[in-house]
Amino acid sequence: MTATSVRPARTEGERTRVRRNRKAPRAARWRRAVTPVLLVVVWEGCSRAGILPPDKLSAPSDVLAAGWRLAAEGTLWVNLVDSLLRAVIGLAVGGGLGLALGSIAGLLRIGDDLVDPPVQMARMLPHLGLVPLLLIWVGIGEPLKITLVALGAFFPVYLNTYSGIRGIDERLVEAARTCGLSAAARLRHVVLPGALPSLFLGLRLAFGAGWLSLVVGEQVNADSGLGFMMMEAREFAQTEVVVLGLVIYALLGLLSDLALRTLEGRALAWRRGLEAS
Amino acid sequence: MAARSGGELSEAAPAADAASDTAVVDARGITRAYGDRLVLDGIDLRIGKGEVVALLGASGSGKSTLLRIIAGLDSGADGEVRTSGHIAVVFQEHRLLPWKRVADNIALGLRGPDLAQRTAAALAEVGLADRGRAWPAELSGGQAQRVALARALVREPDLLLLDEPFAALDALNRLRMQALFFRLRDEHDFAALLVTHDVNEALLLADRLLVLEDGRIAEDTAVTLPHPRAQDDPAFGALRRHLLTRLRVPLLPDQS
Repeated sequence: MTATSVRPARTEGERTRVRRNRKAPRAARWRRAVTPVLLVVVWEGCSRAGILPPDKLSAPSDVLAAGWRLAAEGTLWVNLVDSLLRAVIGLAVGGGLGLALGSIAGLLRIGDDLVDPPVQMARMLPHLGLVPLLLIWVGIGEPLKITLVALGAFFPVYLNTYSGIRGIDERLVEAARTCGLSAAARLRHVVLPGALPSLFLGLRLAFGAGWLSLVVGEQVNADSGLGFMMMEAREFAQTEVVVLGLVIYALLGLLSDLALRTLEGRALAWRRGLEAS
Repeated sequence: MAARSGGELSEAAPAADAASDTAVVDARGITRAYGDRLVLDGIDLRIGKGEVVALLGASGSGKSTLLRIIAGLDSGADGEVRTSGHIAVVFQEHRLLPWKRVADNIALGLRGPDLAQRTAAALAEVGLADRGRAWPAELSGGQAQRVALARALVREPDLLLLDEPFAALDALNRLRMQALFFRLRDEHDFAALLVTHDVNEALLLADRLLVLEDGRIAEDTAVTLPHPRAQDDPAFGALRRHLLTRLRVPLLPDQS
């Protein structure tokens, strides 16, 4: 290489480094916690002062105490495990089906023609509205809850798998062909990683829809699970347990989303470069 | 041999007859129509070993279509294409996989125990030895196109197909890439089909110029100017004027 070949590599690297420093500094991040903490403090204060009647909304400290008591008794864990089990099985069944059918419809023309129309039609049904029919079909036991979660998870995974595969840049597939990649290798090196961002989006939506379906399913008729715990507490006017159930649902949603985002960040490390440039 | 089998492009693997011994591409009667519009109308094209052929033409004249047919990317063409040896393609866009690091993009689809060394060598040849671990999104346009060139080179092609490879680059990067291409060609001695709309580029790099017009090859000129070629060489200027006239580009503003 002659002296004419300059290397803009250095300046490029510096630019990305500068951009990455733009992340909020520590102080600014703590500032974001101020309002939520303040809200909880005000809530507690209002309860203590008697402005919030305890039979309508319990104080945060009462909710915590109820959580401690139920955890010590073991009731909380039994119900939590039952709920989690339903969520995991439902997500696995619905997500698995969504992934399989979405891939068939996305990859094969005949799959698109045969699979996509009925799925698009079924998508228009609000799946939670199917509860009466499902009660007739599968009764009020475990299958009802799992079916609801699976239905909630299926559509986001299917739709995003399908659109992820369809959205892949045809020119990249062509370039891979000129590099001598077989159809199977193109699937592995081009289609799968290309569809992955969309797949993760589908999964996150599926988790959200799955939790929602679980809440509804468990409150319809159940003899265990977080929803059952809440409904039972309502009958005994234990507002703090009802609120506790809500808090745990929220925490579960938050934790699952966080886990998925961590996984996404690892799997899609190449996109950080995109954001920086 | 000139069997134009009904509707399909027949591809014959390494040529056996004596006439094709020294050719990396021997295409006969290439015809391609999009609906009623005939884009290529019976093109014959032969590229010898180590020969750089530039394909010029107005936009929409079918230059890229012809390249894609030779690359085996167009299944709707008629005629016969015989190729021998490895073919690699460089497109106008770099077409690197954004989810693979630069080195993995270069090694895409290759196998072998010395793959890492070959990849590193190809990167070094295009002047990016230290960028193997970078993501494509972290590269500038010129760097990405160099990586695309390295991805083609590492395959040790007998024929390099280049579809307006430098057209999307700025003027300075384009000159650098042209110099790089010339140097690499000198070292590796591959044949090349260079599709371009840049007459200067064609004159700088090619051994032979083809002008595509109305679906046929309207001009087939050998460029005998000695290397390194300079644009201020009178012979260069004369050939350039001739080609621009052929392409119906007015040489002076008042001729338009």
